[in-house]
Amino acid sequence: MQNGRLSHLIKKEFLLEFRQKSTFAGILVYIVATVFVSALSFKKIIHPMVWNALFWVIFMFIAVNVSSKSFMQETKGKGLFNYLYYNPRQFILGKIIYNMLLMATLSLLTFFFYSWFVGSMVQDMGMFLTTLLFSSTAFSGVLSLMSAIASKANNNMSLMAILSFPVLMPLLLVSIKLSKHAIDGLAWSVSYKYLLILIMLNFVVIALATILFNYLWRE
Amino acid sequence: MIKWWKILAAVMILYTLVWGLLNPVPRLDILNETIRNVYYHVPIWFAMLFQMGYSVVFAIKQLAKNDMRSDLISNQAAQVGLFLSIPGLLTGCMWAKFTWGTWWTFEDPKLNGVAIAVLIYLAYFILRSSIIDELKRARIAAVYNIFAFVMMFVFIMILPRLTDSLHPGNGGNPAFGKYDLDSNMRTVFYPAVIGWVLLSLWILDIKKRLATLHYQKHEE
Repeated sequence: MQNGRLSHLIKKEFLLEFRQKSTFAGILVYIVATVFVSALSFKKIIHPMVWNALFWVIFMFIAVNVSSKSFMQETKGKGLFNYLYYNPRQFILGKIIYNMLLMATLSLLTFFFYSWFVGSMVQDMGMFLTTLLFSSTAFSGVLSLMSAIASKANNNMSLMAILSFPVLMPLLLVSIKLSKHAIDGLAWSVSYKYLLILIMLNFVVIALATILFNYLWRE
Repeated sequence: MIKWWKILAAVMILYTLVWGLLNPVPRLDILNETIRNVYYHVPIWFAMLFQMGYSVVFAIKQLAKNDMRSDLISNQAAQVGLFLSIPGLLTGCMWAKFTWGTWWTFEDPKLNGVAIAVLIYLAYFILRSSIIDELKRARIAAVYNIFAFVMMFVFIMILPRLTDSLHPGNGGNPAFGKYDLDSNMRTVFYPAVIGWVLLSLWILDIKKRLATLHYQKHEE
């Protein structure tokens, strides 16, 4: 029963997303436009550090933009229904898991367009994709909670950015470090400790989000 | 009625201000006399972290008991913590100018950590000011406070251990900790830490009373 409801929640999120095709299409256009603008303005990127930094900045903005929507559709009536029907842990886990899937897909798409327009510099593709996967899961954990907080504070879009940028910073720095290693094609043994930190951050973030959401939930 | 620990705070800080400049210090390359900054810069950071920790403890208490008193204390402690970051940064910048030759550098994880901590607490106050309902504000601010503190802790405590820092004691730089902080320096450093933490508690005490008065007046 418990698991049934969790899968229901995730399914519901997908249904809501794809019922309004314009939202997903909007995200895609956003990604392509951002990457295209940076490709046009940078012309050609020679330095791997610049390539790396630009990619992660683009990804961070996309992640914040996408996940800020995840609690905005929760109207008062829906909120009451959710409150009566689900328990908060399931509810936030549903959001996080859905956001994880969405964010992982979007990160791959961003990388695809980015390497198409700007050119790829990655030597160790396996390492890069692993980093991308784990950081997008951790991003979605942080951003789901931040979006819940921002939605309680009158759904202010700039508030979402103000709240989440500083909190995302440790995650972002570890990801940038790891992807730099992937670009340089360093041996995996160099990256183990950073990968471990990234995975540990995933656990910390998701555990905190599930515990703390309980307190946001009550009105 | 003056409490004993307030007198202790004043005495200890006065003592470290005077004796910190007078007592002999080991002569180290690059650091030279600037090593005395360890009496002022480091205790201020300790006091700041203490206040931020204090704020989180009361945020947790707020969530557990849902009382406005804990929220008030948590908010005031965060303000004191943010305030202490200013002298901490100033003393650090001045020291860095004379030893590293620059006021600020993005190469050092500790400096970045402090910048992030300041941003986090600014965001915390913006979040507070954007919610009107008191009970709601208390709960949501507490949630952000706890989450942000954990992420900040990761940033300041764990990430710097992975990379080299320009700070003394990291990455082959001369350290205060192991052999340089000799027994002579300890006689100033430990009182300085206690003094600054007590002073921050004193400031918090005054702010707490002031905020309580404001709150009561607002209620009437």
